[in-house]
Amino acid sequence: MTAYLRPRDGDPADLGTPTPVEITVDVEPLTAHAGQTVAAALLSTGRDTWRTTRAAARPRGIFCGIGACQDCLVIVNGTPDIRACQRTVQAGDAVATQLGAVLPTSTQPPNADAAGSATPPPTGSAGPASSHSTSNRRPQVADVVVVGAGPAGVAAALAAADGGARVVLIDAARAVGGQFNRQLPVEFGARRAGRLQHGWKGFVGRRDRVAGHERITQLAESSVWAIEGLRLWVQKGPADSVGREVFAVDAKALVLATGAYDRVLPFPGWDLPGVYTAGAAQALAKGQRISVGRRVVVAGTGPFLLPVAESLVGVGAEVVELLEANTLRTVRRGWLTDPLVAPGKFRESLGYGALLAKHRIPLRHGQTVVAAHGTDHVEAVTVARLDDGWRPIAGSERRIEVDAVCLGFGFTAQLELAVSARCNLTTGPDGGPAVVVDANQETTTPGVFAAGELTGIGGADLAAAEGRVAGAAAARQVAVQEDVESVQKGRRFAAVLARAYPVRDGWREWSKPDTVVCRCEEVTRAEVEAAAAERGVQDGRALKLSSRAGLGLCQGRVCSRTVGALVGSPESTAPESSMKRPIAVPVRLRDLAEVQEDL
Amino acid sequence: MPGSATPDVVVVGAGMIGAACAEALSAAGVRVLVIDRDGPAAGTTAAGEGNILVSDKEPGPELELAIASRAEWDVVLSRLPRRVADVEWETKGGVVVATTDPEPLKAFAAKQREAGVSARVITPAEAFQLEPLLTPRVTVGVHYPDDAQVQPVLAATALLTAVRDRGGEVRSGVTARAVRRSAQGRVVGVETDDGVIACGAVLNACGPWAGPFSADAGAPIQVLPRRGMILVTAPLPECVRHKVYDADYVGAVGSGDAELQTSTVVESTRSGTVLIGSSRERIGFDDSVRVKVLRELAAKAVGLFPFLGDVPVMRAYGGFRPYAPDHLPVIGPDPRTPGLWHATGHEGAGIGLAPSTGRLVTELFLGLAPHVDPDPFRVDRPAVLAS
Repeated sequence: MTAYLRPRDGDPADLGTPTPVEITVDVEPLTAHAGQTVAAALLSTGRDTWRTTRAAARPRGIFCGIGACQDCLVIVNGTPDIRACQRTVQAGDAVATQLGAVLPTSTQPPNADAAGSATPPPTGSAGPASSHSTSNRRPQVADVVVVGAGPAGVAAALAAADGGARVVLIDAARAVGGQFNRQLPVEFGARRAGRLQHGWKGFVGRRDRVAGHERITQLAESSVWAIEGLRLWVQKGPADSVGREVFAVDAKALVLATGAYDRVLPFPGWDLPGVYTAGAAQALAKGQRISVGRRVVVAGTGPFLLPVAESLVGVGAEVVELLEANTLRTVRRGWLTDPLVAPGKFRESLGYGALLAKHRIPLRHGQTVVAAHGTDHVEAVTVARLDDGWRPIAGSERRIEVDAVCLGFGFTAQLELAVSARCNLTTGPDGGPAVVVDANQETTTPGVFAAGELTGIGGADLAAAEGRVAGAAAARQVAVQEDVESVQKGRRFAAVLARAYPVRDGWREWSKPDTVVCRCEEVTRAEVEAAAAERGVQDGRALKLSSRAGLGLCQGRVCSRTVGALVGSPESTAPESSMKRPIAVPVRLRDLAEVQEDL
Repeated sequence: MPGSATPDVVVVGAGMIGAACAEALSAAGVRVLVIDRDGPAAGTTAAGEGNILVSDKEPGPELELAIASRAEWDVVLSRLPRRVADVEWETKGGVVVATTDPEPLKAFAAKQREAGVSARVITPAEAFQLEPLLTPRVTVGVHYPDDAQVQPVLAATALLTAVRDRGGEVRSGVTARAVRRSAQGRVVGVETDDGVIACGAVLNACGPWAGPFSADAGAPIQVLPRRGMILVTAPLPECVRHKVYDADYVGAVGSGDAELQTSTVVESTRSGTVLIGSSRERIGFDDSVRVKVLRELAAKAVGLFPFLGDVPVMRAYGGFRPYAPDHLPVIGPDPRTPGLWHATGHEGAGIGLAPSTGRLVTELFLGLAPHVDPDPFRVDRPAVLAS
């Protein structure tokens, strides 16, 4: 009950007067703001859970905040299983708590034909989003289709279009930018949106070029849910609604820039409301001006935790501690492994040092949150010191009172489309799975390119450089030499990052036998271990099917690396089969049944 | 000391059929070693629905095997070690409905009743009592109380646990490459990528890959893969109580057409998901997703249960099912190679037929009187022996 909407007074983004949108929440009227997500509208009222789990009736709300974890499901207009973090409110929406599994009660959304009318119209030439009624429709065709409009995807789309290709740029969000350049909704009327962003001017330039480019068709609020060869299956419309248009786009070349989501490691209480991924806290702050709490602890590893703390401070939260799990020795040694990479980033860290000092945020190395306490919400956490291998040091535990916890232990790439496209995977610099690419960012599947975090976690600069190379190559142009060099430099940075902020195996000691490992199916650590031990299954589908870990709506996105590490090798890599998701995002059966293409 | 003595039988394939054969053999005191190039229940078994059906079979040898196996399931379940005994077994019964001319389904059910199947013709009103969310277009239904369901990975791994408890061994990640024979031509071992394993007999339980392995073993049989895809919905509250089929299911099973066939099978699982099957395609071992297939499955499921239209499908999975050209399982010794046995070709019915298959193999292996006529399933029938 501690999340809140930052007061408009004094907001550095200088927001305009909100446009009221009348909705109901469990029948009670609520005035939301145009552009708010359902989650933000609920969090604005101080309410942070709106679903209970099927088995144990545990309360749940936002967890990942970016559409990956499927924890924030809610009923909208009678349709259950709608991600509150992805759905924008529309006037008249009837939002309802989702208690366990629920059957749909509406046959059609109230304004099916107006679906998407509140979104900015797609720019560029006439795209695939056309009539729904034509039967035996032919798939649309594009020279290059780019999936994902974050730093990598935007760069790829521009490079390909500048190279003469007709480009379709597809993203699930309403606006380009991805997680890194998350924008405020246009309805918020921010006059100084750039104050919330790093590198805003450069981004605005690229954003506006994408919007105005004659060869780029932007498909917003669109998800690729399946890939057949170089044919992409797209659904377009408000997140998770019934009646979205489903259509095919045939690409001559494909650039996958699907990004990554936060990795979180389980400990007792990590599934309590009030525990969020660091990315969720940042998305809510930067994108919706919501603070997840008033007294917040940020824990995990890596430099990404610093901008998260910055975003939280920007919405008025008190960041009581910033906990870096790696010891200062590990971090320092990691950075010093490549002296050519370090200096630029040291300057950046000085800026954050000033921020921490100004807001008196203690940054503590070699410590993390090993338990969260509370009944229906986080009230306190236990913090422990960790050794170099991340094992908690006995006797070092201390308790701090907080009302929100933000966690980020690196990232996991969104690999399902690459796996569907049969791209070979390898182990990325951070030990997680990554797509194999050549010097042109082409994967092992001819015509399929990959850029950004899914080729190895390396941050926005590397992602953008890879995007430029991939976009040019996909348009059959020679990449600019400077970009190729930027990629090489960026990869060195990624390698240093992984050495400075490794995830050590000691985290496996944080959880207890009864700690939930798979949030969707509420499978405990003991149950996973029992399935492996008693049934003699080590990994892959058989382990999933005998333990149920990874069989829920998020399809193992949150837990598969954890499960793989708990029962299998000391290596934290998930088995490839756990990323095999031929249906990449849920599709309503009616929309699938009514696919119009002549196949 | 279990595992140290030379096994009597090496079972190649740790799927449902291999597990059931190993379990039955070990229950009879035979020393078994199960090997799999992957792990337990990792192939076809992990890609199925767990159907134990008598409803979908025409009178004939397969139906006789299915009826025997349905009874044998109770025996096998009672033998499972307690710690793994929960295999999500449900005797939920099947409901087959027609939405067009009611007569063919009634006639089909009448023939099945003569063969000993409990098949009760029901009115649309009775069908809605059994399944309140069914389409109002139902013209007639048949209720099959003996149809059951099991979670196939739980079942296969539980059977293998029973095997281990009796001193048998299960080895993952071992690929069988060939069989080794004596001068007289009798099987004396199996060659693997992990060395030669001496044994008295080799059982080919490789499912859809039984054809290639039989060729490697020098005794080729005709067993081919048929692709099947299943859609999985988000978890739902109780909404589909039985295994519910469109009456067109029966026609597709016995067919050899290569092109896509789908017929609706809708059922819920204990975890709340609804499984929507099932397609049949002869496209070799191609495992790429085909939206055409998914669309067809979705359309037919919504036709049977209109409420499903607003439900999200969260997952699709597919696998390969082994079939012989005459659509009968292949169970028994290979007359060309003494000591080589086959148990495969069950197509989409392997989970249901596994216990009787295991029992039959055991009876034939030990020279006991078989509980079903083995002749229709013998290896040396023209459809199976590749020339």
